[in-house]
Amino acid sequence: MAHARPLSPHLGIYRWRVNMWQSTLHRVTGLFLCLGALLVTWGLIAAASGEAAWNVFAGFCGSWIGILLLILWTWSLWFHLCNGIQHLFRDAGRGFDAAQRDHARPPDYFATGWIVIAASVVLTILVWVVLIVRASGAAA
Amino acid sequence: MSAYPGQQGLRAPLKNVRGLGSAKSGVRHWWLQRVTAVALIPLTIWFLWLLAELVHADFPAVLAAIAQPVHAFFLIVLAVCLFWHGALGLQVIIEDYVHTRWLEITLQIALRFGAWLGALACVLAVLAVWLTSTAYH
Repeated sequence: MAHARPLSPHLGIYRWRVNMWQSTLHRVTGLFLCLGALLVTWGLIAAASGEAAWNVFAGFCGSWIGILLLILWTWSLWFHLCNGIQHLFRDAGRGFDAAQRDHARPPDYFATGWIVIAASVVLTILVWVVLIVRASGAAA
Repeated sequence: MSAYPGQQGLRAPLKNVRGLGSAKSGVRHWWLQRVTAVALIPLTIWFLWLLAELVHADFPAVLAAIAQPVHAFFLIVLAVCLFWHGALGLQVIIEDYVHTRWLEITLQIALRFGAWLGALACVLAVLAVWLTSTAYH
């Protein structure tokens, strides 16, 4: 450090609120979804390579570790997508009105965060219910 | 001479401050991140639907699904937007958390190569399946 410039207080002094979880999870899920992009790449190359390569890919996706990762990817996608939509609204300046920041009033600023988290969980469960119903239908 | 803590040489404080700060090139990054984000909202929901359609599909059915012209087109658009958006995000993560200069530069270069190659691999794979498909000839 050439200059001893003052630093702002670090995370330890703040009370954890939902927007801090959103910010952290947005990065974590974004990082994880980049690995998901590699899985998509693997799947497309496997499809182009032939049936043997595809079966290796399908075998991974059908294994317990594959299904666990796919569930995590599904939730990561929905969270990143829902939180991203909230991000876009706030980028446009929406949701920062005085009424929404005022702690004496219903705190919409934090409510949308909980809505994002709840929506991501509900949508993940919905996708996997559909997948399980379709899979059992195909097996029957 | 030292008019304020940390000052070096004869430069005025204003001159020092102007040498610090942003790279003056963040707007393009910001816009591209948002534009690809908006594009990815319908694309990823469509992609989830496509995957749900292909649960327990056999190999010829998978090839036929990829080779449908509309599917092939949107898979290519998805791949480009996905790797672009991912690269923009990872770039910021590396900038924020990797403080070892040589490692940061290495990762930034590797990221750009990786994103281009990943998108290229997806596009070529989709084109290969699409153009060699016999389903539409």
